Amino acid sequence: MPKVTFPRMGESWRAFKMLLEDLGNEVVVPPRPNKRTLDFGVRHSPEFACFPLKILMGTYLESIEMGADTIVTTGGVGPCRAGEYAMLHQKILNDLGYDLKMIVFEPPRLYPFNFIKNVWALNKARISIREIIAHIKRAWRKLQALDNAEKLSHVVRPREVKRGTTTTVYRKVLEWISEAYTTEEIVEAEAAALEALRGIPQDFSKDVLKVGIVGEIYVLLEPASNLEIEEILGDLGVEVERSMFLTGWTRDNTWNETTQGLTVKEAASPYLPELVGGHGRDSIGHTILYAGRGFDGIIQLAPFTCIPEIVARTILPRVSKDYNIPVLTFFLDEQTGKAGMTTRLEAFTDLMRRKKRFHDVSTCLTG
Amino acid sequence: MAVKVGIPGALLFYLYFPMWQAFFNEIGVQVVPSGRTTKSIMDKGIREALADACVPIKLFYGHVMDLKGKVDYLFIPRVVCLNRKTVYCPKFLGLPDMIKYSVDDVPPIINVRMDSRQGRFAILKAYCEIGKYFGAGKLSVIRAYLKAAGIHYHYNRLLRKGWSPLEAMELLKNPGADKICRPPKANLKFAILGYPYAIYDSFISVSIVEKLRQLGVMVMTAENIHPALLALQKNCDLPKRLFWTLSDIVLKAAHLLFKRGRIDGVLHLTAFGCGPDSLLNKLIEMEAKKHRNIPFMTLMIDEHTGEAGMATRLEAFVDMVRRRKEAEACRR
Repeated sequence: MPKVTFPRMGESWRAFKMLLEDLGNEVVVPPRPNKRTLDFGVRHSPEFACFPLKILMGTYLESIEMGADTIVTTGGVGPCRAGEYAMLHQKILNDLGYDLKMIVFEPPRLYPFNFIKNVWALNKARISIREIIAHIKRAWRKLQALDNAEKLSHVVRPREVKRGTTTTVYRKVLEWISEAYTTEEIVEAEAAALEALRGIPQDFSKDVLKVGIVGEIYVLLEPASNLEIEEILGDLGVEVERSMFLTGWTRDNTWNETTQGLTVKEAASPYLPELVGGHGRDSIGHTILYAGRGFDGIIQLAPFTCIPEIVARTILPRVSKDYNIPVLTFFLDEQTGKAGMTTRLEAFTDLMRRKKRFHDVSTCLTG
Repeated sequence: MAVKVGIPGALLFYLYFPMWQAFFNEIGVQVVPSGRTTKSIMDKGIREALADACVPIKLFYGHVMDLKGKVDYLFIPRVVCLNRKTVYCPKFLGLPDMIKYSVDDVPPIINVRMDSRQGRFAILKAYCEIGKYFGAGKLSVIRAYLKAAGIHYHYNRLLRKGWSPLEAMELLKNPGADKICRPPKANLKFAILGYPYAIYDSFISVSIVEKLRQLGVMVMTAENIHPALLALQKNCDLPKRLFWTLSDIVLKAAHLLFKRGRIDGVLHLTAFGCGPDSLLNKLIEMEAKKHRNIPFMTLMIDEHTGEAGMATRLEAFVDMVRRRKEAEACRR
């Protein structure tokens, strides 16, 4: 029986594992990216490929060691490089002497037959279409539950009384959601998870800053690649709102554009009317929307050499000036160190806090 | 006094400048090119552009800075797609916005969008929009466009004959000269693969073409190959074509040259931090591995590339290829 693996992106593997197992596959869960993954990835990837390619390369190699022989991943239609990565990964892996199968999901709106073909290839248990749809729906519900729990953890963490409680509770509730199988169980687990997170002792009098995180989807979603920036910020007393979650992004890019997706596009259009691939335009749009909602600052995360984010980064200083909102950019790669990042974040937080206080005082003075 | 439009001498300049110049002249607009790259242009570009951008983009910034204050308009079209299949690098797509929002007091930018996927006459419509900036009527725009297209055709023919873009631009000005002086012949023939804006800008490529010619090597590039031959390469055995026009051309050229085998060496010139090249280089490298009889080398350039280092590498490569060729000739 073929063993299937897939790219790891945050906690989403819990839902994908369930879905693939439901379809009758044996699943190799990709390990959390670590030093060894990066070493593997860097060794076998082109030097200037962006960070996600390197991490995935390493993850695939580690999964292959664990016995995987089929990789399920996503494609794309450009102009971002990520659309070609599946092809490049396969070429490199074949070159290294691994013979494996790649199942690449292209955007179903443009390639409906590719989607059907791939689902059929993965449907080892030969279940009916109705059941497949039910399984996908359930996996989707689980993804939403995971995203909701993560969203809430970002709100609770900066206000927690005892440092580290949120992370501990969050790890625990992830397991609850993970174990839930039927839709009712998932809904119940989600409710319990949110309840547990809300139940963490919090200090509501704390002066909490609000920061939006924008940027490229992989480094936003995979904590191992962004060095758990949300946790660092949470510990610094900053509430984080991330511009992208897997469920929201998937909805915008597969069947239907949500009003949220459209607003972002509209907001960005005075500055960047063109889709430059990846998430360049979204970064600008979200920055403008967050500024309108009175956020204290924006952090842009991008992999080193990411083309769309370089375009966005060139325009962001102007947005920052026009909307009077501080923006800090991190270009992440395998050389990024946690200590350096923490120092920069601490400085940024101090500056934002000072700006906020000064602003409060000046408004008081003027009336 | 005629309106002055500045065309920065970087990026698409090397492919479309004669066409654009002819078009603007025809509708009664004066064209001001920024000229050859100099040290001061490069320095200005480095200061102005984002550190993470690649050299060609930094150079483009330099040329824009050079034109600033001298012209009434800057011509930076948003070239998205010209062949209905592949698009240009995302940095080209966002180029007008990048310049507009990061350079202080730039002249108004003519940033029409050129996307041939939008319909049959999309490109012509784009040119009509350019005409609107200068109050040119539809008819005169169409006439100018046709003339420009004719010039573009001639220019491409000259490129295919083996002239470099700058030489071809000279030849367009005084026709007939190509009959007198032909591109020099030599016994070694190398292909330099890469983007025209990197290879032909003798400042950032540290005059690689001239250096090779001095070493007694004939040089060809992807522009010298007939597009039909490139089109025959289809998808180069890949399940998916490369998304980017220029990269696609280079990959096809590489496949063609390796397959045909009538070449003594292949060089890939790439810029530090170039996004599409990170894939392209790996793909060419894998192709080169399959054809062991043709030596292959990758050269990476950035704003700090030194003349001496590049010369040493080229000399060594040429020597090795030459020795190998002699040895093979003896064996026969």
